[in-house]
Amino acid sequence: MTILAACATAPEFALHSTPDQSVALKEFHGRNVILAFYPADWSPVCSDQLALYNELLDEFALLNAQLLAISVDGVWSHAALARKRKYHFPLLSDFEPKGEVARAYGVYDDKAGVAGRALFVIDGDGMIRWSYLSPMGVNPGAAGIINALEALPSNNSQKSIDAPAPDAREAS
Amino acid sequence: MVEEAALAVPVSAHDHIQGNAHAVVTLVEYGDFQCPACGMAYPLVKQIQQRYTGNLRFVFRHFPLSQAHPYAQMAAELAEAAAAEGQFWAMHDWLYENQDGWTPHGGAGLEAGVRALGLDQQALAATMRSPDIATHVRRDFMGGVRSGVNGTPSFYVNGYLYQGDFDALAHAIGRLIARQS
Repeated sequence: MTILAACATAPEFALHSTPDQSVALKEFHGRNVILAFYPADWSPVCSDQLALYNELLDEFALLNAQLLAISVDGVWSHAALARKRKYHFPLLSDFEPKGEVARAYGVYDDKAGVAGRALFVIDGDGMIRWSYLSPMGVNPGAAGIINALEALPSNNSQKSIDAPAPDAREAS
Repeated sequence: MVEEAALAVPVSAHDHIQGNAHAVVTLVEYGDFQCPACGMAYPLVKQIQQRYTGNLRFVFRHFPLSQAHPYAQMAAELAEAAAAEGQFWAMHDWLYENQDGWTPHGGAGLEAGVRALGLDQQALAATMRSPDIATHVRRDFMGGVRSGVNGTPSFYVNGYLYQGDFDALAHAIGRLIARQS
């Protein structure tokens, strides 16, 4: 199984984010999407990849990007995790058929039965612009995502995400 | 992600620095004052500083995961306000040495640190309201993100992310010093 690379069309999907809500990729047409596949809910916090991304939602928004995280865990596990960790982005459940979306993106780990730790930046036209598969135990951080988003032609303006946006910070 | 694992922001006069400017090894920590793993790493860093004194320069940068640790941002800002009184390292040390004591009490717990260091509470509160303080903390944070920081604590040895066990950090530094001196 090979991870989909830049210039491939991002496979469409619609997955549950809560027991009665689902999220489809096509809803984000015109915006950039960061897809973060991860193996499992409830990894330790200090080294938690999603806890880091949760701190960067303002910066992602400045780069016109929505974060969607995907694992094979069920919606109730996702709901408990999001509440406990105060995540402010959707956790999608690639639960039935198990790992179908992860397979479509080429990042399902058959042996472990979970999604690999993979990142995709998808542009507003649904094209993959950057992808990265991290070794299972290695948290890839966010530098690659930020670099890929900043390299998009639509973000080639004078946007600076390094200084805090005072309004955004005050609100959080 | 090797190309991203290098320190994106060079050490400069804006940093909090301990030790010899011409040291063989520069150790940069991205840390969160409420993070238990950082609290556990704190005595290790102290040991390393003692062991390699003269050959080691230590730099601390803020990386508060404020959704996971609700008082981490406030603690970082408090340390920055203490820095304005020349007390950054005293506050840094107090926050880690007393982490178990202050974290359950949040803001009130932090006030104990202000008293312990004999700082003027009102002056410190006024300094903390300055936007420069939050800006400094966020600049550290985003510099860390660009450097590939993926959790706390993250250590950079001579500009590269250290990916081994913390217990082996001293040996890694020792080897660099032995090779270059």
